[in-house]
Amino acid sequence: MIDEFREGDELIPDAGPPTGDGTATLGDIAFVEGVDPERARAQLAEVPWEAGAKKPDPILVATNVVRRFGGLTAVDVDHVEVQRGVITALIGPNGAGKTTFFNLLTNFDSPDEGHRVFKGESIDSVPAHKIADRGMVRTFQLTKSLSKMTVIENMKLGATAQTGESIFRSVFPFLWKNQEAEIEAKADDLLRHFKMDHMRNEFAGTLSGGQRKLLEMARALMVEPEMVMLDEPMAGVNPALTQSLLGHVTGLRDQGMTVLFVEHDMDMVQEISDWVIVMAEGRIIAEGPPASIGQNQDVVDAYLGSSHDSALDLGREL
Amino acid sequence: MDWGAIIETIVRGLIGERFIYFALAAIGLNLHFGYTGLLNFGQAAFMAAGAYGLALTVTSVGPLINDDEGIFQLNISDGWLFVIGVFVGICILPVLLALLMGIPTLRLRADYLAIVTIAIAEAIRIFMRSPRFDWFTGASDGLGGFSGTFYDLSPFDPGERYFFNLFIGNQMFLVIIGWIVLAIGATFCWLLIRSPWGRVLKAIREDEDAARSLGKNAYSYKMQALVLGGVFGAMGGMLRAIGFSLAQPDNFITDVTFFVWVALILGGAGTVLGPLAGAAILYAVLDGTDTFLREAVANDVIPDSIMSGTQVGQVRFMLIGLGLILLAAFRPQGIFGNKEEMALDDR
Repeated sequence: MIDEFREGDELIPDAGPPTGDGTATLGDIAFVEGVDPERARAQLAEVPWEAGAKKPDPILVATNVVRRFGGLTAVDVDHVEVQRGVITALIGPNGAGKTTFFNLLTNFDSPDEGHRVFKGESIDSVPAHKIADRGMVRTFQLTKSLSKMTVIENMKLGATAQTGESIFRSVFPFLWKNQEAEIEAKADDLLRHFKMDHMRNEFAGTLSGGQRKLLEMARALMVEPEMVMLDEPMAGVNPALTQSLLGHVTGLRDQGMTVLFVEHDMDMVQEISDWVIVMAEGRIIAEGPPASIGQNQDVVDAYLGSSHDSALDLGREL
Repeated sequence: MDWGAIIETIVRGLIGERFIYFALAAIGLNLHFGYTGLLNFGQAAFMAAGAYGLALTVTSVGPLINDDEGIFQLNISDGWLFVIGVFVGICILPVLLALLMGIPTLRLRADYLAIVTIAIAEAIRIFMRSPRFDWFTGASDGLGGFSGTFYDLSPFDPGERYFFNLFIGNQMFLVIIGWIVLAIGATFCWLLIRSPWGRVLKAIREDEDAARSLGKNAYSYKMQALVLGGVFGAMGGMLRAIGFSLAQPDNFITDVTFFVWVALILGGAGTVLGPLAGAAILYAVLDGTDTFLREAVANDVIPDSIMSGTQVGQVRFMLIGLGLILLAAFRPQGIFGNKEEMALDDR
């Protein structure tokens, strides 16, 4: 199905979210226990629409996070909380520091000052590779599918706590064979859900841009995350595939996962996010439900300059 | 033209002792570059670590600690000294060397490791040449007298020739031991690469950040690969020193590193059999063309106006160079490489 949407192909409009047409549902493969996405969203209604607002059930909290590059202060965030079980969008004009802040939240970069707390525990001194074990996984703006590995190898790589990844155990296949079979079965289930099972043995380098995004998302789910961080999930994706990807992102939330994504595309933000955080010049300037953002004067100023005084249809312009 | 001699040298190149040294070193470099993407331009240093680990232990340290008037006054037999030397040369020196190269550079981009490895390899060679420590390292003359214990074990008569008259007794023993080491090493490598551990290495080669985002400690894996590949290099270097019965600094010049690279690229980086095939073909071609050209010049098949006997040495390297150019143009993935896989680089 999906492999028809290679870049440059004619657009096929009907590429909706995955439906119950016999393929595996995500709920069988990946879900987070103890999170009620409906309730989590309902709780957001009581949160004030202001930058740095406290959330009833935060999974990720960043306080006084500052990142400087030489004389330039790229990020200077006083306080931000991400509600568990909802989709939060991080938006802002170019150069606002979104990706830098995103890297700080996922520990791929270290802040000069400030603290980050994930699931109630500080992650300030946790190395990037240990973040995944704690239940947070990220994707990249420039998709990092591992080209010279097959799709299924990409998937199997994602599983954590693999016995066979220890150099001493790896040479004794009987020590990890069983676990490997379980991982492979789970990877196949996920590939079926993302409708990529027919290309399981292809090199990831042969996939189209959109398929790589899908693969990266599926691979991230192998980690069994509680929080999924997506860096521009729609960048470089064929519009025909966008709807399907959006469906997958909301699917993650419906399984109890928390999603934070960075995005330029305002349509996508309006469509799927439950909460929006707006950054400009390294600071959080506004927060609120997606509908509130277009009317926020600070946001309008940040995107279009404060001297702009004509009537705006922000839903389109941003 | 003595075709028998030409064929003999080709076969010797394909299965002989030099093939074994370089195949082992190339297996190590394959772990570095082929699977993990580490640019190691100092494989000669790891080979030297193996050679000197054995030589220093047996020839220099042995008499010091066995001395009745020395500090330790131990009484270690030659046999045990040799075993300790093998251990030092395979399990201690190359590991320390890998840590020395890796700790400052493996967190950085790949090119930093390349610079550090080539510099350390040369620094070690020049240090070993230094006359100041002649009493310990043998300086530029190197160390000898450490291989006796090895050859004492040989069941072959040193005066006889074996295996279609290809090898004299001691060489025959070395080649057999070398093949056993090689077979075990290649199998070990094959097991590693098809395991989840090998999968992580390949992921790091493709994209370190992706591996890290999926919870893999890229730094640790790169270090493991550097150490293990270095150990393979040390095994090759140690067998080479035993073959020469000499560990000499100038046997580990940078050219040696590049021979290992040529063998790896010829055979195909990132394949299990590539380094073996590459080393075999490299030495079959080098030695085969050498004998062929010498025969041709001696029998006036090639007249002196074109080439004299003294130029044969250089011409065979030109031929290898030409071969590599042709390889890069027509089969960039090497002999065992996968063309489809190679093409993915361009995307």
